[in-house]
Amino acid sequence: MARLTALKALIQRFSFLLLLMASVALMMLSRMDPAFVEHARARVMDGFVPIQEAISRPAATAARVVEVFVDIAEVYKENKQLRQENARLLQWKQAALRLDAENGSLRSLLHYRPEPKTSFISARVIAAPGGAFLRDIVVTAGRREGVHRGQAAVAGAGMVGRVVEVGEWSSRVLLITDINARVPVVLDTSRQRAVLAGDNSDQPRLIYLPLDAPVSVGDRVVTSGDGGLFPAGLPIGVVSFVGDHNIVKVQPMVDMGRLEHVQLINFGLPGGLAGEAERLTSLK
Amino acid sequence: MNATIWQRLDQIGRSLAPAAVTLMLVLLGMVPLCLPGWDKVAPSTALMSVYYWSIHRPDLLPPSAAFGIGLLQDLLAGTPPGMTALVLVSCHLVVETQRAFFLANAFLILWLGFGFMAFGAALLQGLLYSVFYQTLVPMQIPLVQAAVTLVLFPLFASLFISVHRAFLKEI
Repeated sequence: MARLTALKALIQRFSFLLLLMASVALMMLSRMDPAFVEHARARVMDGFVPIQEAISRPAATAARVVEVFVDIAEVYKENKQLRQENARLLQWKQAALRLDAENGSLRSLLHYRPEPKTSFISARVIAAPGGAFLRDIVVTAGRREGVHRGQAAVAGAGMVGRVVEVGEWSSRVLLITDINARVPVVLDTSRQRAVLAGDNSDQPRLIYLPLDAPVSVGDRVVTSGDGGLFPAGLPIGVVSFVGDHNIVKVQPMVDMGRLEHVQLINFGLPGGLAGEAERLTSLK
Repeated sequence: MNATIWQRLDQIGRSLAPAAVTLMLVLLGMVPLCLPGWDKVAPSTALMSVYYWSIHRPDLLPPSAAFGIGLLQDLLAGTPPGMTALVLVSCHLVVETQRAFFLANAFLILWLGFGFMAFGAALLQGLLYSVFYQTLVPMQIPLVQAAVTLVLFPLFASLFISVHRAFLKEI
C-alpha cells in the first residue's frame, strides 16, 4: 500500500513531464505511422458525428435567417444585375449549343473515347474544425455511401477540396486553401500547367510556373487531371493577383467560409496516384 | 463519511462539470457558422477553459484532463495528434506556477495573464506546426485568432464563473 502511494506521488510529481512526453511521442507516431493515426481519427470522427450533426442544424438555420435579411436588402440591385447577366448568358447558350453540336459531330468522326462516367455523392457539412492552422471540413458521408480517399469535393461552381480521411459514415475534406493542399491545375486559356498550393489564406498560390509564363488577372484555373488524382477540367478559381517574382494568387470560385453541402465526385478512374495511395493504405 | 450513493453520484457529477464544460465548448467551437471568415478565427475555447479551471479548480481539471481534451480536439480537427494536447498541458503547467498570484488579484490581472497565454499558445502551436510539416506557417491568422480569444475571454469567464458558483460551491 505504501509503495503504491509512493508510486502515485511519483507519477503526480512527474505528471507534466509524462504528459508532455506523451504528446511529443504521439506527434512522432503520427509521422511514422500515418495509417494507424488516420484509422483512429476516422473512428473518433464517426463517434462524434451525431453530436456535431445535432448542433450544426440550429447554426445552419440561424445562418439562413441572416441570409434572408441580407437577400431582402439587396434584392433590387441583384435583380437588375441578374437581368443583364441573363441577356448575356442567352447569347452564350446559343454559342454553347452550336459548339456542342459541332463537338459531337467531330468526335464521331475521330472515334473519340469518352471519359469514364462520373457519379456524385452529396453530403452535408457538419463541422469546420480546423481553427487557425488548418482548413478542413467534416461531411456526413463515408464508406457506406461509397466515399473513397482522394475523391474531389465540389460545391456549387467549383472544386473545394479532396477527401483525406474516410470513416464509416463521415469523412474529412482538406480544402484547397490549406497549407498542405496541392492540386495540379492548368490555366484555361494559355494551357499553362502549374500546381495550386494553399497557404491557409483565402487565396491559394500557383507554384511551379515558368518565369515567362503568360498569366494575367482573370484567367480561369481548372484541374489538369495530372496524376489521375482529380478529373480534368473541374473549375477551381480565377487568377486574382499577379505580382513580382512569379507570385500568382487565385480566388476560388466557392466561398470556403459558407459551405453547407458538398458533392464528392467519383470519376471512376481508380488508377494514378490516388489509386496508389488507396492501395498503400489498404495494404497497411 | 456517511454519504449515501446518491450523494456520492451527485458529487461525482458536480466534479465533472469543468471537464464537461470544456468538452462542450470544444464541440461548439467546431460548428460551421457560415459567417465570413469566422471559422478561421473562432476563439480557442479549450484554452480559455483550461486557463480558468487550472487557476480555480486544478483538482477538477488536472493536466491529464487537459491532455485528453487536447487530444480529442486534435483527432477531430485533423491537426497532428498531440499538438493541441501539448499546448494545453503547457498552459496548465505555466498557470500552476503562477496560481497563487492570479488567485490573489483582480479579474483584470487574470485577463492580462490570459493575454500572454493566448499569444504564447498561438506562437507555440505555430512553431510546432512549422516543425511538424517542415514549412513556415503564416502566423497572421493564428495571431488574429489569439486576439479574438483574448477579447472574448470575459464572456466565457463569466460562463465559467456561473458554472463554478452553481455546481462547485460545496465541493
